[in-house]
Amino acid sequence: MLSFLVRRLLTFVPTFFGVTLVSFAFIRLLPGDPILLLAGERGVSQERYEQLSAQLGFDQPLWKQYIDYLAGIFQGDLGTSFVTKRPVIDEFFALFPATLELSLCAIVIAILLGIPAGVIAAVYRGKFFDRTLMTTALVGYSMPIFWWALLLIIVFSSGLGWTPVSGRISLMYFFDTPTGFMLIDSLLADQDGAFLSAVSHLILPSIVLATIPLAIIARQTRSAMLEVLGEDYMRTARAKGLPPLKINGVHALRNAMIPVITVIGLSVGTLLAGAILTETIFSWPGIGKWMVDSIFRRDYQVVQGGLLMIATIVMIVNLTVDVLYGLINPKIRKG
Amino acid sequence: MAEYTAETEHGLQPAPPPGPVREFWHSFKENRGAVIGLVVFSTFLLIAIIAPLLAPYGPAQQFRDHLLQPPVWQDGGSWQFPLGTDPLGRDMVSRLLYGARFSFFIGVVVVAIATFFGVVIGVIAGFAPRWADTLIMRVMDIVLSFPSLLMALVLVAILGPSLINAMIAIAVVLQPHFVRLTRAAVLSERAKDYVTAARVAGSGQLRIMFKTVLPNCLSPIIVQAALSFSTAVLDAAALGFLGMGAQPPTPEWGTMLAEAREFILRAWWVVTLPGLCILVTVLAINLMGDGLRDALDPKLKRS
Repeated sequence: MLSFLVRRLLTFVPTFFGVTLVSFAFIRLLPGDPILLLAGERGVSQERYEQLSAQLGFDQPLWKQYIDYLAGIFQGDLGTSFVTKRPVIDEFFALFPATLELSLCAIVIAILLGIPAGVIAAVYRGKFFDRTLMTTALVGYSMPIFWWALLLIIVFSSGLGWTPVSGRISLMYFFDTPTGFMLIDSLLADQDGAFLSAVSHLILPSIVLATIPLAIIARQTRSAMLEVLGEDYMRTARAKGLPPLKINGVHALRNAMIPVITVIGLSVGTLLAGAILTETIFSWPGIGKWMVDSIFRRDYQVVQGGLLMIATIVMIVNLTVDVLYGLINPKIRKG
Repeated sequence: MAEYTAETEHGLQPAPPPGPVREFWHSFKENRGAVIGLVVFSTFLLIAIIAPLLAPYGPAQQFRDHLLQPPVWQDGGSWQFPLGTDPLGRDMVSRLLYGARFSFFIGVVVVAIATFFGVVIGVIAGFAPRWADTLIMRVMDIVLSFPSLLMALVLVAILGPSLINAMIAIAVVLQPHFVRLTRAAVLSERAKDYVTAARVAGSGQLRIMFKTVLPNCLSPIIVQAALSFSTAVLDAAALGFLGMGAQPPTPEWGTMLAEAREFILRAWWVVTLPGLCILVTVLAINLMGDGLRDALDPKLKRS
């Protein structure tokens, strides 16, 4: 087990350095002078140009710039936004809880609906239930989620007036946000209707973001269940006369969970990519919208820092999934 | 395949097995969804090809007196514009028909680029010495560490927003999947006896890589190509929607959606119809992809 862990960690390190290299290269690959790009459309005086160049290290040789960049990363310095003048890392951690809250809600919805749907489809294989569920899942999997978001807004926000169109909470409410999670903070604030407002803001974006992971989880659960249902120990369980709920829900599901857990872990990348679109449409103040806005504002220090942070998160989650997978499945551990 | 016919020419002639195409078709047509997908896909392809013949107007032609005219079945609609007009008075039918061209063009080009480079790099990785293989796979890991849409967005920021650049970006993002898949298939094939036989018979390294081994690795690659086609269409539409793909007035479906977004409450058709086209196209491709997988790759069979 230890050697598996060590081997897996050893692949993490070069990949991480590769990711830093990509984010380092990003600003230098942009067409044009990086300093003029960073300074924006106003342009800069010659004096200011040289000052910026020295401050950002662009007058140094490339390898030195990269070493300095790495040194900065390990001290938690990802540069400063040219628009807000705040450190990129501070902005990231200020906005990250919003994305985390949205993604967690989405993945909870996806798991709570996807796993039962997959189990039911597998148990009723080939029947009406199965076909309806799997067709729905395929539609969800094929969904352009930015369009899906607009449709839901048309129906539920403007049509029925049930949910707000944008933001995390109604502007009526002001309170401290110690955790950064609006659901928790609104409960702590104990203001009338604050929690409900937070929930109503969260619901449509979570549904949109959950759509594709939900479809993937349902499909994966179904195929994993089908594999398990054919095993000998399942026949034994049936022969023992165990109730069907126990057979399917406990015996089969537990063994079918391994591939499903992997898929859930790997959907983090999907969620973050989906967050870019979802947050942009619902004006959700998270890192997806932050990245898109920064690209449009040409705030390239932010894009560079955000790229690195997001890739690092994806890598850490993938690493964790792999290690957990190794813990559950001895075949991988030894292989 | 060449080795096989050479051996059987010595006189012993068993009954010919069904050709690979017929065998494939036999299991493909069992899957009703896949056949529906194929029909829809072919229809869209036909529409894309003959769009100029079908479209009543040019995709950029404006009718100033008919801004945001609703579809024919609603009050104020007319047969002149069966699906209504957009905020600039352009005919929705014509724009949607021309949009099909862009989606197919995007899908074909992106999949061709991603598959070509992915397969070549994958085969090389599968045959390369250990260190080179590790190097290639680490580079692919790095690309895969970035969420696909984010990586594409950033690449477009570097290259400049245009449809071609969006296509290049999406191809770059999709290509590591082909590398991984090809490499895995090559690794499992290269130890087999027929490869040793080819080597003993004096085949060169390149011939072994691309003529002996690669044809036996194609099934998963074809399936991946089909599924990548839908990802390419979706991601290109998403980039267009974010303003980083095809630029107005190009009638690309994602770009059309972005242009129409502010009219979402007043004119449902300008938002609903392009998205519906994207959904139907992607759904058809995915249905076909599922059928392809079941027919080509029994190991991966879902049910």
